[in-house]
Amino acid sequence: MQRKLTLGLATGIVATLLTMTSSVFAQKSATDDIAKYREMIADGNPSELYEAAGEDLWKKPAGPKNATLEKCNLGLGPGVVKGAAAQLPRYFKDTNKVQDLESRLMTCMQILQGRDPQEMIDAQFQQGPKKDMEAIVAYIVTQSKGEKIKVSTAHPKEKEMYDLGKRAFYFEGGPMDFSCASCHGENGKRIRLQDLPNITEQKGAALAWGYWPAYRVSSGQFWTMQQRLNDCFRQQRFPFPIYGSDVTIALSMYMAKNANGGTVETPGLKR
Amino acid sequence: MKITHIKPLLTLCGFIIAAACIQSSAVAQQKIDPKFTKMMQDSFRAEGIAGLNRIDQDETQKFCSDPKFANSKQGEAMRDKIQKMNMETIKQPSDGKYIGDWKNGEKIAQSGRGETWTDKADTLIGGGCYNCHQIDPKEISFGTIGPSLAGYAKLRGYSKEVVTYTWNRINNAKAYNACSNMPRIAHFKLLNEQQIQDVMALLLDPESPVNK
Repeated sequence: MQRKLTLGLATGIVATLLTMTSSVFAQKSATDDIAKYREMIADGNPSELYEAAGEDLWKKPAGPKNATLEKCNLGLGPGVVKGAAAQLPRYFKDTNKVQDLESRLMTCMQILQGRDPQEMIDAQFQQGPKKDMEAIVAYIVTQSKGEKIKVSTAHPKEKEMYDLGKRAFYFEGGPMDFSCASCHGENGKRIRLQDLPNITEQKGAALAWGYWPAYRVSSGQFWTMQQRLNDCFRQQRFPFPIYGSDVTIALSMYMAKNANGGTVETPGLKR
Repeated sequence: MKITHIKPLLTLCGFIIAAACIQSSAVAQQKIDPKFTKMMQDSFRAEGIAGLNRIDQDETQKFCSDPKFANSKQGEAMRDKIQKMNMETIKQPSDGKYIGDWKNGEKIAQSGRGETWTDKADTLIGGGCYNCHQIDPKEISFGTIGPSLAGYAKLRGYSKEVVTYTWNRINNAKAYNACSNMPRIAHFKLLNEQQIQDVMALLLDPESPVNK
């Protein structure tokens, strides 16, 4: 009940903002308005709703094993949530793989709760098991807010994943010849009115990696990095990147490592 | 007997050396990495109109996916080759008409739709021009990945050279700049001939707001 009310309030604020910006065309003003809006709701990012739901899901027994996720190891030891998102993606010995937050959570759900990751992979964003995943992600990333991004490439598999990510970043394909670099390879560029961070440099990478997952004002939804990347590939006219697949982890590794030293500002607030 | 064999043998040696030379200049280009190839193949699935073949690269895409090599001194010959190859695909208008209707051209330039997995096969593909270019100065929502085209013909004139160059560049920008960020509009049939004529009018018609 309270959740519904708060959601309604959030939608109201968003609607106000949209009306506010609809008459404003210049990029600077639009950016200013987002900044103003950020200030207005500094203590009430709608992501908090997802975060609260995520904390419940983290602590609630679920799956065939009727277990909670509280013993999930996100890299800092079982159950350590604080600061965990700031050091992901990373290598995990038990899976012998480099994993991002979402692929790691799928492993935890499988091992601890006995759930089939394929259900998560196949579900649509914002629906079913993915909706729960998004809430849990909101909870985890909020526990790293304000921390420094510190992603390691010390392990050979981490270094390899970074190099694969760099290649994927420059990989051109599809009927429009786009790569990630087409939009995110230079400073000071924008598409329409949208500023584009230059992910090849620390500053731009920190802007990109440090602010996602984020609450999207335009769609009134909380988006995880997996969804952000999915939509980038859609706009690139690529085929559909499989949820948690290596290309998404490799690109995350490339962004996160480049962003090292920046601050975790997640959950961010985006247009 | 022996002497007659030496000549073809020498020629063969020459070929091998030449092949080795070509090989060594290509070595600078990104090596095929089976791990990367496998990652790409395993990481995507077909969805709607976006088939898996979209990650099969043609020669231009392969070359431009290695910007370090593509922008290097060694990459220069390959860059020229790619540009020539793309230039050869360009067809001049079948009806001899370069200039269509700028009003239609503006609509095409505004639309950034088409070709994504959420689009249908019959979704009208837009030019997406404003995504990257300033065009009509009255439109404030424009991107900056490409250069400003405001006042296009007013600044460059309306000569045959300008018209042909513009036609070619819209049809296939990679004929001039191998790794231009601009999609190959005609090569991938993103717009048809009539639509390209309309976009031409937006840039070149003296009546177009672009040239006011």
